[in-house]
This record gives sequence, structure tokens and C-alpha cells, in this order.
Amino acid sequence: MTAPRGRRPERAARDTVWTTALAVPAVVLVAALLLPLAGLVLTASPAELAGGLRHPLVGPALRLSLLTTVIAVAFIIVAGTPLAWFLARWRTRTGRALEVLVQIPVVVPPAVAGLALLLAFGRHGLFGPALGRIGVGLPFSTPAVVLAEIFVAAPFFLQGAVDAFRRVNEDLLVVAHSLGAGRTRVFFTIAVPLALPGLVGGAAMAWARALGEFGATLMFAGNLTGRTQTLPLAIYTALESDLSAARAIALILMAVAFALLLAIRAGSRR
Amino acid sequence: MSMARVAAVFALAAALFARAAAAAPPPQELVVFEAASLTDAFASLAEKFRAAHAGIKVTANAAGSQELRTQIEHGAKADVFASADLKHMDKLRQAGLVLAPTVFACNQPVVVVRPGSGVKAFVDLASVDRLVIGAPGVPIGTYTDQILAAAGKQLGGDWVKRVQARIVSRELNVRQVLAKVTLGEADAGIVYRSDATAAKGKGTAITIAIPDAFNVTAEYPIAALAAAPRADLAAAWINLVMSPAGQALLAQHGFTACPKK
Repeated sequence: MTAPRGRRPERAARDTVWTTALAVPAVVLVAALLLPLAGLVLTASPAELAGGLRHPLVGPALRLSLLTTVIAVAFIIVAGTPLAWFLARWRTRTGRALEVLVQIPVVVPPAVAGLALLLAFGRHGLFGPALGRIGVGLPFSTPAVVLAEIFVAAPFFLQGAVDAFRRVNEDLLVVAHSLGAGRTRVFFTIAVPLALPGLVGGAAMAWARALGEFGATLMFAGNLTGRTQTLPLAIYTALESDLSAARAIALILMAVAFALLLAIRAGSRR
Repeated sequence: MSMARVAAVFALAAALFARAAAAAPPPQELVVFEAASLTDAFASLAEKFRAAHAGIKVTANAAGSQELRTQIEHGAKADVFASADLKHMDKLRQAGLVLAPTVFACNQPVVVVRPGSGVKAFVDLASVDRLVIGAPGVPIGTYTDQILAAAGKQLGGDWVKRVQARIVSRELNVRQVLAKVTLGEADAGIVYRSDATAAKGKGTAITIAIPDAFNVTAEYPIAALAAAPRADLAAAWINLVMSPAGQALLAQHGFTACPKK
């Protein structure tokens, strides 16, 4: 409040220009993010939507998507929580290198992920022949869908979980130890509850990513109704013949993803 | 720099951009929307086209015919559309989005098998380990369903059921069917002869003919788009495709002459 009175109007005008210059690109971005969603929701009539939901591809794809993503996310949580705990606490070069390595699937395009999975676990892949000898054939199977989902989704959980564990106050753990609590008890009764919002948020992000997985599944698991055709693949397949079914499936996916987004918000606010 | 000056710069840039957009010369580019099975043949044709039209870029968008149709229906900018079946072209013609189409090539579905798969003839499809075919609604998938239905009349419904039990994936375009076989992940697939020709050179797939009694002929229509940015280039491309040189190139890539009606 030390500025001379006479300069105020000029400054106010400058503020307006400044705000406008910032607001224009911000509004353009909001429009770019929301208009496609509006297009999806507003162009569907309820009757068309109801008809689309009865399309023969919808039921099996919804069941398969729920089944595979629940298995994938459960595995990611069970195996990812301890891994995130180690990554958060190993402050060695190896620990940091591993943290970067497990993030690679985030930046790999889905089609590349599919090809990589095929070249690793396919019939002629690196480990495929060994798996074949014990009677395991992954490509074109439901487990292949789960594997593709784990590959693309796990890094999202790990990122959230590592950050959450890093924010846990080290002193609390030391005090608990000194009061006689064992490592297991410290982990389950102090570290995990304190990190819970981050773990829940990470799990929701991972689930959303697993639900949306398309490219790697198509490449590695194929596209067969009831066995490997998840919701995103069903959208693409329905698009060949029936736009209203494709739109209905797209809306289901969006509703589920939106519910997950709300869960993330709720989880991270606690 | 003051904010007012920044705003002035923005305004000037916008004005310049608007002028440039208004005075834009016609694009030095021919955009061809082509069915996935035409990828290799049209790539060779594009070389010939560039030789005759200096400075013109040929941009190909290869995908399933139904996907291309959807793109065109939603306003995608293109000059020429070549489809792997008549249905999708007819829909666009009815909507007034393309000019009158011409059938420029024909193609026949064949079985491709992975070397060492044990499949020797079409009937062996019932005992193959992993069979991959096109999705329903994709031209090759629709043709495959027609072929299996026709074969069922002679070989029995039980044979068809056994073949269907062998299907492990219904791929979204014909090149993905071929890729699954050439990668060795699938033992057999049904693709067009032109696709099998593309793979034969690499020794990754063996072609087995489908008996004429069951087989169908895929007709490929081509048309210029009604809203083609370069209608002149679109016409030149179609002329090249229909010319003796163009037809010879298509034949080299496994396309066949169409049966006289």
C-alpha cells in the first residue's frame, strides 16, 4: 500500500491485460478438455443409449474388463505396496535407478508395450518357449489381458505409493521401534495407515489406466468376445458396425473413470 | 516488455495468421485414404505418381475401410478413397460424400499359415491350434464369415463349429491378422491374396488357396471425394490406378482382374 495514489489506475489496467493474457490460453485448454466429452454425452439420445447397451458385445466386455482390472489392481496393490516401501526407503543409487526403471511403461506407447510383451512372452519370444514347456501359452488368453494391464498401470500406483511413504514422518517409525514394535507392526499399523490416502489415490489412478488399456491388449492378447475383448476393444469393434453401441460403451467407461476420479479426490483430501 | 506491448504483438500475429490463411495456396499434397490391404500396392503407385507430378506429396492413410469411412463421414480432409468392399463406398456415395466410384481391382481371400503349422489344405483349419481372422464388420471378417458359411454347407455345420472353436482373435484390420501369423503367434489366418504376396517374400507365411466353391471375390472401388481439396490430383491418381501400368503393378502385388459380369 506504499505505491503513490496516482499510479493506481495504470496498474489496474496492467493487471487486466495480464489476467486476460493468462485467461485466454487457460480457457482454450479447458475447452479442448471438455468439448470432446460434451460431444460424447450430448449427441447420444437415451433410446439410442439403451439400445447400444443391449448390443451383444457390451455385456461380455463389461464383465471381462471388471474381472481383469480387479485382478490386475489387486496384484498391483499386494506386490506394489512392499516395492514402493523399499523404493521410498532405499536411498542408494540402485534404489533410485530401480525407481526410474519401473516408471518406463508410463512413457512407452501402448503399441510398443504390446510388441514388447509379445517379444517377451509370445510363442517365439524370450521367455515364451520356456513357458510353453510348462504348458503356459499367454498370447490370446485372459491372463495376457491382465498382464498387459499390470504392465501399463503398475507405475501409476508405484508413483503415488512411493511419494506417500516418503511423506511418512521417519521419527514416528523410530519411536515405535524404540517402544518395542516389530518391523511388521510398524509397517502395518503406522506406515500404511499414514500413507493410505496416497495408496488409495495411486490405486485409483492405476485402475483407471488399466480400464482404458487398449493398444497393448490388442497386440498381445488379441480381440475375442468374452476372452480378451475388454471395453476399449469392444468400442473399436463396435465402431465397425454400430456407432450407437460404441458410444454406449464409451459412456460406461467414462462414467467408471469419472467415479474413480472422484475417489482419487476424496482419497487425497483426507 | 509491457503487457500492452505483448497484447499488440499478439494482435499483429493473429492478423498475419488470418491473412496467411486466407491467401493459402492449394495444398501441394494428394491425400489418399486406402484400405489396409492396399498399403504396399499404393506405395509403389505413389512412386510412379510422384515421378509424373513433381513437387506433389502423396500422403497415405491406410486403415480398415470402415474406419476410413467413419473418418470421411466426420469431415476428414482427403482427395481419394479406395475401399476393400462396396458396402462402405456405397454408404459414402449415398451420403454424397464421394463422386461415382469405379471398381479398380479384385482380391481373393486365402489362408496363410505359419511354416510348420501342419495345415496343408483349407479343411485342416478345423484342427489348427490358433486361428486368427478379421472382426465382423471389417471387410475381411465379413468375407471370412461368408466363406465359412458356404464351406459349412458342404463340410457340415460340425466342421464350422470346430473351426470357430479354433479362433483366438478377431483382428480389426487385415494387416493385423497377417502380423499375428508372421510373428508366429497364430498358426493360421485368413487374409487377401495381396497380403499373402507381401509376406511371401519374407518366408514367414505359406499361402493355401480356398476352394473356389466356397470363396468370394472382394471388389475394390475407388472414388474421388466430393470435397477433395485437389480434385485434379484425385482424378490423376484414379487415372494412374486404372492405366495399364497401374493395373500391372496391382497384379504384381497379388490383386486379380475382376471376373466379367
